[in-house]
Amino acid sequence: MDPIIEIKNLSKSFGDVKAVQDLSLQVREGELFAFLGINGAGKSTTINIMCGQLSKDGGHICIDGADLDQNPQHIKEKLGVVFQNSVLDSALSVYDNLQSRAALYGLTGKAFVRRMEELSELLEFKDLLKRAVGKLSGGQRRRVDIARALIHKPKVLILDEPTTGLDPKTRNILWNVITDLRKNENLTVFLTTHYMEEAGEADYVVILDSGRIAAQGTPLELKNAYTADHVTLYGVDEEVVQSMQVSYAGSKDTWQLAVPNTQKATELIIQYPHIFKDYEITKGKMDDVFLAVTGKKLEGGAEK
Amino acid sequence: MTILKILIRRNVKLFFKDKGMFFTSLITPCILLVLYATFLGNVYADSFLAALPENHGLPSKLIDGLVAGQLMSSLLAVSCVTVSFCANFLMVQDKANGVIKDLRITPVRTGILSLSYYISSFLSAWIICMIATVVSLFYVWTMGWYLSAGDVLSVMLDVFLLVLFGTALSSIINLFLSTQGQISAVGSVISGGYGFICGAYMPISSFGTGLQKAVMFLPGTYGTSLLRNHCVSGVFAEMQKQGLPAQAVKPLQDMLDCNLYFFGTEVTTYAMYGILVGAVILLMGGYILLHKSKN
Repeated sequence: MDPIIEIKNLSKSFGDVKAVQDLSLQVREGELFAFLGINGAGKSTTINIMCGQLSKDGGHICIDGADLDQNPQHIKEKLGVVFQNSVLDSALSVYDNLQSRAALYGLTGKAFVRRMEELSELLEFKDLLKRAVGKLSGGQRRRVDIARALIHKPKVLILDEPTTGLDPKTRNILWNVITDLRKNENLTVFLTTHYMEEAGEADYVVILDSGRIAAQGTPLELKNAYTADHVTLYGVDEEVVQSMQVSYAGSKDTWQLAVPNTQKATELIIQYPHIFKDYEITKGKMDDVFLAVTGKKLEGGAEK
Repeated sequence: MTILKILIRRNVKLFFKDKGMFFTSLITPCILLVLYATFLGNVYADSFLAALPENHGLPSKLIDGLVAGQLMSSLLAVSCVTVSFCANFLMVQDKANGVIKDLRITPVRTGILSLSYYISSFLSAWIICMIATVVSLFYVWTMGWYLSAGDVLSVMLDVFLLVLFGTALSSIINLFLSTQGQISAVGSVISGGYGFICGAYMPISSFGTGLQKAVMFLPGTYGTSLLRNHCVSGVFAEMQKQGLPAQAVKPLQDMLDCNLYFFGTEVTTYAMYGILVGAVILLMGGYILLHKSKN
């Protein structure tokens, strides 16, 4: 499948600070692509360049077959962006906001009303249309932000930390909508997030560190490459665990055994079938991948 | 065209929904009028009486009408520019709160965005200044009405042109601003300083010679003079009708900056209009060029 986003050797500096260095990546159509990194890793700079907000120092960006340098208008028509912070007009109603933004894509009159009705139903904000955006809760505002990004039926949706600070219910609604849109409309999603469980759902992950790609692959590939598996063993005494001569942690009747990979876990179980009566094998988490790759930990938006 | 219309509607709505911005713009001219009338009314009346020949025999209502006309022209000369700045601060606010990012990721041309700011700022400021004009006319009516229909229409034309000028000037300055702090700073400088350099707070005739020559290079000066002429010409006509010789009226007109002299040559009313319109065209051209170079 042809890539819908293709970035080649992108670089951007702010004075002495090299924000993005020789970045190359591809995103395939319909893919959920996770772009990870701590604050200042170069994620937002890359997104701003893709959206035409920032000029680049070097490299090429091609989106939906159009070169950013030659046909930025085409790219702008195909991109929908949900920014980190809501950038709608707080004093205006939801309806007025969506109407003014839709007009910028040439969507007016009945076509706008139809699209607005579709989105208000999908994102459950029909009853909020007359309310001023500034008076909405964080979750309600986020739903409207997503509607604004989708108003012109973009082919690529850029989500820049869309769920930071949201309650679990709203996060759920947002991800359900995005999953539906990917399934039904083949929407490509370019996601930056600090929630590693969201990144774990992605089709492909790129981890950025100091403006360079530090690791990339599917979540499974990354987990296999950078983390160990864990076997959680229940209902046995510590002496029994010690007898297997593997490193472990835990207490009382729940023990986590560290194994390099799933094959080693299987060998261990086959070797000690009488011990493994109640157990589960879990792969490493994306948090562990991130920590192993960058030496830094991300939790809810903050570098640790 | 629809895009431009919707953007203008958005901008105007935002201006009038921002109660701080709207009421400040609306109340500022009214406060200025009250302050002028309270603190400067008598000072102006005394200075006019001192400039008139002894035993002039003019009724006090005529002097009151002259003071009111002077106050009205000063108020409108300042308000047209300061309110335009205030209305055009939306452009800077959009930058400060990141809204401009959301507008610029769309395929709409930046020229359309800029034009929408210009037209909407002009409309918002013009509405406020027309309200200020009506309030001022009411004040003049209570003090002493000597304006003809032509004078009133001319005042409205002057307000229109000065708002166009103020919007064009603010558009250029606002291009270089991007934070709320800068908005406050520029707002304070403009509201405090513009009235002096355009001859609204103090007549240019009272400045030193060097300063007089310097302010003659500023287009706003001619806007103030046009307003002054149209606000007080009825009073001067009435003075002459009541027997005051033209030689006695001219010093008063000079004192009030109704007559402006560019290095000794009197500037005609048509020339004043030409300068103001030329300045608007020049500033708008500069705005377009600067905008293009910034993008």
